[in-house]
Amino acid sequence: MLAAMGATAAGLPLPALAQGTGRVLVLGGGFAGATVARTVKAAEPRLKVSLVETNPTFTACPMSNLVIGGWRELSAQQFGYERIRASGIEVAFATATSVDADARRVKLDSGATLAYDRLVVAPGVEINWQGLPGYDEAAAEIMPHAWKAGAQTLLLRRQLEAMEDGGLVVISVPANPFRCPPGPYERASLIANYLKARKPKSKVIILDAKDAFSKQRLFQEAWRQLYPEHLEWVALSNGGKVTSVEPGQLRLTTEFQEYRAAVANVIPPQRAGRLAELAGIADQTGWCPIDPVTFESRRVPHVHVVGDATIAGGMPKSAFSANAQAKVCAAAIVRLLAGEAPARPKLINTCYSLVAPDYGISVAGVYEPVNGVLSEVAGAGGVSPAAAPRAERAAEAAYAEGWFNTITAEVFG
Amino acid sequence: MSRTRVLVVAGLLLTPGAAASAEPPPGAASCSGCHPVGANANTPVPRLLGRGAGELTAAMEAFKSGQKPSTVMGRIAKGFTAPEIAAIAEWYAAQH
Repeated sequence: MLAAMGATAAGLPLPALAQGTGRVLVLGGGFAGATVARTVKAAEPRLKVSLVETNPTFTACPMSNLVIGGWRELSAQQFGYERIRASGIEVAFATATSVDADARRVKLDSGATLAYDRLVVAPGVEINWQGLPGYDEAAAEIMPHAWKAGAQTLLLRRQLEAMEDGGLVVISVPANPFRCPPGPYERASLIANYLKARKPKSKVIILDAKDAFSKQRLFQEAWRQLYPEHLEWVALSNGGKVTSVEPGQLRLTTEFQEYRAAVANVIPPQRAGRLAELAGIADQTGWCPIDPVTFESRRVPHVHVVGDATIAGGMPKSAFSANAQAKVCAAAIVRLLAGEAPARPKLINTCYSLVAPDYGISVAGVYEPVNGVLSEVAGAGGVSPAAAPRAERAAEAAYAEGWFNTITAEVFG
Repeated sequence: MSRTRVLVVAGLLLTPGAAASAEPPPGAASCSGCHPVGANANTPVPRLLGRGAGELTAAMEAFKSGQKPSTVMGRIAKGFTAPEIAAIAEWYAAQH
């Protein structure tokens, strides 16, 4: 059974390379890609592992909503690749320009060509610039998305700081799927917290293309307690879906009305990052179907996909999921290169959100492959309890920061 | 803990060269998302490496039953069977 699954996953009879030989090439050095590279190298140091990443500095998204409100500096989100290189991984700061899946070769903009036995593509997400009329790259300089941490995060922070008291902050949220499902609501919470303390005549309004969202009851209960005057959520069924934007006017148009913002944070529709298109691993949805045992692409053999770009069944697009998937993918690759059948995995996700800097809530899930799909184990998982004492919310806020420190140490430290 | 050991542990928590036999059992690799494996992470979440298998199993079973209060561990422990918990506990106990 397992051997049959392995052969199917590989798309070929298992090629038994000599133990410990083989080349694993990873494109994309975020939580997913960097974790695969390190995990493969640690598991089987004789494998040649290469990591190709465009940016020499990684800027993490989790916790970056604290940067927007001024509680945290962007530098606390940034990590280099020195330790990854020191662990025996060949790191190239370059951009892939073509993937030849038949010849198993990748060309880089540096002119180099890298051959692989197993390719791992960890493309993250990219903005779908055709997804919202009026929202293009120039518009993002006026109405920042701040959905990739870095300059956009700082732009939104500066806009908030420069806003006069009494201004309206508008956050536009897309339909599923997108990176970090609870992220927009954490952001709205922390912006409301900032406004309440610093610009109390102001307000943040969420225009949502959905009627339901992650940790919804917990967020809404906390909003009633903490931000009754400073945060409003407009659901899809109340006309919340933004259908177009006019950056010059700071105007957002929904199915029902127009909103003029003092600060507009447009979180636009997304799809798998450009590497997915380059490798031919995205389907018509814009995301990448995978085998849940090996994270091998359903479309291109010998190419694995991990992280936000995947269609991962019940698993959300989170850094925790990306890291957990990457470890499973790495173990499968080590086995496949040794001519062994991959083991059936089990994965965990845990996502923390901050409703205030000292008020954390979480969602957790346990996942396993069922009929080819990563499915949530029944009876497990779920969100933090309603009506928990404030000390428990404070503990979860501390766990959120601890989680960030741990995962970034594991991946980049 | 030597630098080498920290780096090894920071990956799949495997002993070099002993790939398949030392591979973590289902679910175990996810734990290090929160439970630190290196020496340098600042977190209130306890380390698992090198703890006794009996201690880890008892803790997981108590989280699962609700006997041991928790924020998130009860929700996670409910996703694992007794044999899965035992395998994870034994594997962590052996990584010291």
